[in-house]
Amino acid sequence: MSGAVGIAVALIYLVSAILFVFGLKRLARVRTARQGNGIAAFAMLLAIVGTLVELGWVDYRWILAGLVAGSAIGAVIAVRVPMTAMPEMVAILNGFGGAASALVAISIYWVDIVEPSRAGTAASLMGGAEALTAFLSILIGGVTFSGSVVAYAKLNGSLPGRPILLPGRHALNLVLLAASVALGLAFSYTVGDPAEGAVAAWGLLGASLALGVLLVIPIGGADMPVVVSLLNSYSGLAACATGFVIGNNLLIISGAMVGAAGIILTRIMCEAMNRSLVSVVLGGFGGGDSATAEGAAS
Amino acid sequence: MVMGPLLIGLYVFVLSVFVGFEVINKVPATLHTPLMSGANAISGITIVGALYTAKTAEVSVSNVLGAVAIALAMINVVGGFWVTDRMLKMFGRRG
Repeated sequence: MSGAVGIAVALIYLVSAILFVFGLKRLARVRTARQGNGIAAFAMLLAIVGTLVELGWVDYRWILAGLVAGSAIGAVIAVRVPMTAMPEMVAILNGFGGAASALVAISIYWVDIVEPSRAGTAASLMGGAEALTAFLSILIGGVTFSGSVVAYAKLNGSLPGRPILLPGRHALNLVLLAASVALGLAFSYTVGDPAEGAVAAWGLLGASLALGVLLVIPIGGADMPVVVSLLNSYSGLAACATGFVIGNNLLIISGAMVGAAGIILTRIMCEAMNRSLVSVVLGGFGGGDSATAEGAAS
Repeated sequence: MVMGPLLIGLYVFVLSVFVGFEVINKVPATLHTPLMSGANAISGITIVGALYTAKTAEVSVSNVLGAVAIALAMINVVGGFWVTDRMLKMFGRRG
């Protein structure tokens, strides 16, 4: 990236970050909400344009294919979905965002290490922080995706809304979490061969997908809006982790902001429903049974 | 004091978390779903990362993953901002 273009792009990102802050702030007030959404959408457009300028003259076929397909599908979904189906729509869109973050991290691993077939650990080739945040991006993104798909299915009725309690689910969750962390650390720090690193990355994605399903499936349908809000926070954090992987402050800023705002909103929603955040967050692990019964009864 | 990119990133992260906490308070119940939906669309910012990973011509794992990530993020962005606008439009009419 040459000097002048680099500075111009950095300034575009800065303006985009400022507009995201204003947009989010206005979204939280009744009178300014629609304008706030528009400001945030414009900030996103600026970010995409800035990135394309930064990339410069590259081969655009894959980029265009992704942009066109995604925009078309997004637009069709947005126009067709009935107003009554909004909560599950937010859930599934959120899942796509999480999946995107996980796939970006895996793709970067391929670009940097697998395709040039460089020997050495991810930490030594990409940098320790980059490798660790790539692991977090895959883990959080994967949990967000599969958790959101389950939330979507529960909200639209393709899965029963009642809590589905698998026998031994606490132990299973702990095993999956431990396996994810072990695979993530292996992926980042110990595996020195690109082919084995690839296996670790896919294994990590698989474990995190299973974990997302198991975390959401024991939670009752009445608590789903709170769960979607929490998953929304996770997808922000996944984008933030991706920001650390590629060293981009705009992703770190907007991802962290959505992560924090999502937690606050989750707490506010819990209070509105007279539920404690801890019982919902840990619902999948422990307190879910009585809590969800209580939520379903209200 | 010279700060490396990781340390700068950490500063930016922590301060942004505070901004996120500060901008959201006392949200009326009617705005819960639209706010969630709008914030969710913002998390589609991961599109920027996706755009970095699909910039050559060949059919490779990285390009295919990158293109799928771009498409998924774009569904999140376009669908997210659009449905939020639809919700808020109805809301404005009612109020």
